[in-house]
Amino acid sequence: MRKGKRGGPLAGSRPNLMFMNTAVLFGVLVSAIPFIYMITASFRQQGELYSLPVTIMPREWHGHNYVKLFNDTNFIIWYGNTIFTAGIRTVLGVYFAALAGAAFAKYEFRFKRFCFFLVLATLTLPFHVILIPLFLLMRDFGWIDTYWAVIIPGIVGAFNIFLMRQYIEAVPDELMDAARIDGASEIGIFHRIIIPLVRPALGVVAILTFVNTWNDFLWPLVVLHDDTKYLLSIGIATMDGPYDVEIGAIMAASFLSTLPILIVFVLMQRQIIAGLTQGAIRG
Amino acid sequence: MSASAMTVNKRAKGWPVSGWWSRNQRKVIPYIFLSPFLLSFLIFTVYPAGAAFFLSFQRVRGFYSPEEGGGVVLEYKGLDNYERLLTKDKRFRTAIINGAEFAAGTVLIQMPLALGVALLMNAPHVRFKTLARLAFFAPYITSAIVVAWIFTLVFDERYGLLNAVIGLFGLESIGWIKDKDFVMPALIILGLWTWVGYNSLFFLAGLQNVPDDLKEAARIDGAGTLRVFWHITIPFLRPVFVFVIITGLIGSFSLFTQPYLLFDSGAGPQDSGLFPLMYLFFMGFDNFRMGYASAIGYVLTVIILLVTGVQLLLFRFWKV
Repeated sequence: MRKGKRGGPLAGSRPNLMFMNTAVLFGVLVSAIPFIYMITASFRQQGELYSLPVTIMPREWHGHNYVKLFNDTNFIIWYGNTIFTAGIRTVLGVYFAALAGAAFAKYEFRFKRFCFFLVLATLTLPFHVILIPLFLLMRDFGWIDTYWAVIIPGIVGAFNIFLMRQYIEAVPDELMDAARIDGASEIGIFHRIIIPLVRPALGVVAILTFVNTWNDFLWPLVVLHDDTKYLLSIGIATMDGPYDVEIGAIMAASFLSTLPILIVFVLMQRQIIAGLTQGAIRG
Repeated sequence: MSASAMTVNKRAKGWPVSGWWSRNQRKVIPYIFLSPFLLSFLIFTVYPAGAAFFLSFQRVRGFYSPEEGGGVVLEYKGLDNYERLLTKDKRFRTAIINGAEFAAGTVLIQMPLALGVALLMNAPHVRFKTLARLAFFAPYITSAIVVAWIFTLVFDERYGLLNAVIGLFGLESIGWIKDKDFVMPALIILGLWTWVGYNSLFFLAGLQNVPDDLKEAARIDGAGTLRVFWHITIPFLRPVFVFVIITGLIGSFSLFTQPYLLFDSGAGPQDSGLFPLMYLFFMGFDNFRMGYASAIGYVLTVIILLVTGVQLLLFRFWKV
C-alpha cells in the first residue's frame, strides 16, 4: 500500500502521469527504431536504402538479401562456429566458476583472502594490458586460427566467480553437513547439493558468458584469420570486403545473429537483470 | 565400541591413502576447486601482464615462425618507448583526449538520463514497463558490430535516419562520421543509445533499495518531494554512481569495436575517432610495434587507475 501512491519524486498528479507515460513510450521508440530499421533494411531491394525520402518501412519486401547471404558468404559456417565455441566456453566457464565460488563460499583454507583478492584484481585489470603478450602466447602455443584461443583464455571469469560465491553462500550448511554424515564426499556434495540448489544462478552466469562470447570482437579478430574459422562478429564486420555484398545482406546477417540473444533475453530478463546488478548496489 | 566402527577403522588402516583423503578432503578440496581459476590466472593473466611489462622496454625486431619454436626477436630500448609515448606522440595524446571527451559525455549526459529512466521505471502507475525494460536493455546485449553497422545507416549523410529526423526540424544535414567536428557527438549519441538503458538498471536496483520508511519519516517531518530526493534517495544511490562512473570511464578509454567499424578499420577524419585501445591495436597488429603497444597498455592502465583513484577519493568526501 505504502509503495503505491508516492513512490518516487516524479509521482503525483494525472498530467504528470501522462507526461511520464509519454516519456517512456518515446524512450521505447528511440530504442526500437534502429532495430526495426535493421530488420526492414534486410528486406529491401538494393538501392532503395540509398534513395530519398528515408522511410522506415520498405516500399517493397524482398528476400534476395537472405538468398545472397546464404549463397555467397560463409554465414552458416560462422553461425555454427559461434554456437560451438560459445557453447563450450559457457559450459566449462560456468562449471569452473561454480567450483571456485563454492570454495570461497563454503570452505575455510589458508590464503582464502589472498585468492579472493586475486579474483578482484582480475576484475579491475584492463584487458588491453595483456592483449599483445596473450597474442604472442597463442602464437607460441600454435593456437592461432584454432578455437582453443577463443575458448580457453579468460574462461574462468572473475565476475562469474563473484556471482557464484554470492549465490552459493545461501546454500544451508546443515544440508552439506547432513550429507557428510551420510558419507558423501566433498565432490559429491558439490554435484548433488550445491549445483541443484543454485541452478537459477548457473543459468544467469551461463547466459552472460554466452552473450559475451557471442558478441566479442577484438580478441577473435586478433587470433582468427581464416575466413572459414571466423565467428559471427568478425564475419559480419568484414562482409563488405571479400564478398562485395550490399548493406541489405549485412543487415540480414545482423538480424539473424541478434535474434537468438534477444529471444533468450526476453525469456529470462528478470533473472539476467538481477544477476547483472547484484554487485553494484552493494558497492 | 560397536562392531561397525571397528570395521570402518580397519578399512581406513588398510587403505592409508583413502584414509588420509577422507580425513583431509575438506582441507584439500578448496584448492582443487580453485585450481582452474588459479591455473588460468597464472598462465593467461599473470604471465602476460609480466611479459607486457618486459616487452614495453623492448623493440620487436622480428618474429620466429612456429616451426622455429615461436617467440620474437627483441632489442632492449630502455625507457625509449615511454619517453616517446609521453613526450612526442601526438596521436596518443589525441587518443587520450578523445577518450576523455567521450568519458565526459558519458558522465554528464548518460548518467542523468539513466537516472531519469530509472525514476520513470520506478514510479507507480507508469505503464509499458515490461516493454520498456526490454527495449532499453536490448541495445546492450546486441553485438557492437551489429550496432555499428546499424549506425552506419543512421549516420549516413544523405540517406541516414538521423539527418532525416533533424531535417523535420528544418536543420541541415550533418556529415556525422565524415566531419571531424561531429564525430565525437555521433559517437556519444551511439553510446547513449547503447548504454543509457543498461545503466538505468543499476539505478533502478539502487532505487528499490531505498527504504520507504525513511522517505515517509522525512515527509512527516515536512520535507518536500525534492528535498527527500536530494537528501535521502541520492545518498542511497552513492554506490551506483561510483559503479556507473568507473565502468563508464574504463569503457570510454577501451572503446574499440564501434569506431573501428564505423571508420572502416581506421581512426576517422584527422583521428577524430581514435581511442586509446584502437591506437594500441593499430601499433601492435598493423605496424607490429609490439613493444611500443605494450608501453601504451601500461600507460593507459596507469591513467585509468589514477582517474579511478581520484573518483573514489571524491566519493569518499561526498557523504551527506
